[in-house]
Amino acid sequence: MLPDLLIALTMLSNFSLVATSRVSKAIQFAVLQGVLLGLMPLAMGLGRHFHIVLLAIAAVTVKGWFIPFLFRRALRQVHIQREVDPYIGYTVSLMLCALGTGLSLVLAHNLPLKAGTEYTLLVPASLATLFTGFLLLVSRRKALTQVVGYLVLENGIYLFGLLLVEDMPALVEAGILLDLFVGIFVMGIVINHIRVAFDSTDTRHLAELKD
Amino acid sequence: MVWLLILVPLLAAVVAFAVSSPALRAWILPAVGLLHLGILLVALAGWRTLPATAWFGLDALGGWVLLVISVLFCICAFYAPAYLALRPERDHRVLSTCLLGFLGLASLLAQARHPGIAWVAMETTTLVSAPLIYFNHNRRSLEATWKYLVIGSVGIALALLGTLFIAYAAHMGGLEEPLRYTRLMENGALLSRPWLRAGFVLTLVGYGTKMGLAPLHTWKPDAYGETPGLVGALLAGGVTSCAFLALLRIYAVVAAAGEGAFARELLVAFGMLSMAWALVFMVRQTDIKRLLAYSSVEHMGILVFGIGIGGLAAKFALFHLAANALVKSVLFLSAGNIHRSYASKQLPFVTGALRRTPVSGWLFLLGFLAITGMPPFAPFLSEFNIASGALSTGHLLGGSAFLILLGGIFLAMSETVVQVVFGTPSAQRVRTPYKDAPATTAPLIVALGLALVLGIWMPRPLQAMLDHASTTVDGVLTARMEVQR
Repeated sequence: MLPDLLIALTMLSNFSLVATSRVSKAIQFAVLQGVLLGLMPLAMGLGRHFHIVLLAIAAVTVKGWFIPFLFRRALRQVHIQREVDPYIGYTVSLMLCALGTGLSLVLAHNLPLKAGTEYTLLVPASLATLFTGFLLLVSRRKALTQVVGYLVLENGIYLFGLLLVEDMPALVEAGILLDLFVGIFVMGIVINHIRVAFDSTDTRHLAELKD
Repeated sequence: MVWLLILVPLLAAVVAFAVSSPALRAWILPAVGLLHLGILLVALAGWRTLPATAWFGLDALGGWVLLVISVLFCICAFYAPAYLALRPERDHRVLSTCLLGFLGLASLLAQARHPGIAWVAMETTTLVSAPLIYFNHNRRSLEATWKYLVIGSVGIALALLGTLFIAYAAHMGGLEEPLRYTRLMENGALLSRPWLRAGFVLTLVGYGTKMGLAPLHTWKPDAYGETPGLVGALLAGGVTSCAFLALLRIYAVVAAAGEGAFARELLVAFGMLSMAWALVFMVRQTDIKRLLAYSSVEHMGILVFGIGIGGLAAKFALFHLAANALVKSVLFLSAGNIHRSYASKQLPFVTGALRRTPVSGWLFLLGFLAITGMPPFAPFLSEFNIASGALSTGHLLGGSAFLILLGGIFLAMSETVVQVVFGTPSAQRVRTPYKDAPATTAPLIVALGLALVLGIWMPRPLQAMLDHASTTVDGVLTARMEVQR
């Protein structure tokens, strides 16, 4: 029951993410989503495995504390509030997100689950979240919002990882933690360079190179 | 041996970071490159059966790819000290560290026997190559680095999801960890088909992004255009080879599971698309480094096209990996020299390179002829055999499209290259201190020489290795050629 509720909330937060124009709101939704997902393994009753508890703690700490900390610092320094003039508007983004969620349900329907798997919503939710992250990445101009997109994409992979984490903990945990921590960390460093070089984190400045 | 190949470069990276003298640091690169190549040759000479339970080890396929990377690294490393001396204004502490780090991680990837470890190695090579692209520390290189990081990270994330899908396919079939490649291949029949297919699509897209297959190549022209030729050569022949290897390992699992036909169709389609896309952007390309980047997109297309055709073409696709890496190093490094000499990499400023920098100009011209498939260089051999492999196995449409695209690319590239190489140097030229010297041209001559030799004569041990590597790619397990310690 509880896991299904968390999954539903995750999918709802996808919609909020693509619909908001305030960068700080987008960050808050991504953090909320990260924390919800961090709690998922405990809600799924995997709390008896010590290493999974550690994964949950790591996920909640990184997504709930460390990443917001990095974001807040970057936001303070660049004084941006809104994602102005995205490549794809908010209404269209919202419709695309709905379409993506629908497609994820269809796609997941064609992928069989191992007999006895309780959480049938995990796969569609994972694909829908992945799609949302991708949408944010390609449709937004601010480097910070693009990193939020990457974070959401990563949440989608994490959701799928939950299907496997009990049986293949090393693969899932190492993959997810490395991807998350390192990706965000390095992007944070580059954002800092962008800020210094352009006095802004708008990737529109990064449009000199083209054919 | 297994660990030395990984640890020597990684330790050297730490040393390079600590050394304060730039000149001394620059010479660590060739020293470590030679040492790595030496260790690798010893490791490859002493074949031994690799136990199925090994987590690390060189098989023929991994050994071949690592050999290509190691030779390429040596060429670039011997070029590096002279090049870095030309750029005294830029601190190369991070560059040297990351180059050496890359070599260590590539060795890890080549020897990984588990898709998870291969993925970790691929992810970390992305990270160490990002600072390489940012070497010039200007706005343009920053833009290139950002695109590389964002697109590369998405690609690598999709590859992770694909790897997890394949793990789930095994999980459905009752297989549990450790899911090494050998185990996945032996139990191919048990893997769940829908998950395996979906997993392959995701890994193809993910690792394909890292290789720079169209339409996921958009980071490539920017990244290759803004980095020194030295880094461009290593990215075009090294990082892409790593991603190709990671993809081949997954392909081998899919082929062993009997889903090869499905995978091959996708590979052929991606290959054709990459070649066609590259051709479109090569026409009237005025930036020589971006031209080379599109050429790299094209050759990644040739690689996956050859694997998709299978048989003879697959074997020569593996051979093409070496041919492409060698010739690309000649092209990128000579383009770097020309860039140094003209202080520009764009037409119409760069003309008459044969007069101004005769050696680099000739090397650029010969490199162009070699990469577009002129005999007797190695790319001719591979491109010819891939085409004949395609035509002889009934891929009439694919084979002829392949030849037409090669012809078109030759014409498109020649337009730019002819202007760069021939013609008279323009009057309002910028004076630069750069002159061709043995230190900046000898490594290129060696690389071109190797490409020439491989085009005419293939040493028998290499031939054997290539044969075994191509059977591994087709999903057949060959324990005999595996080597350890």
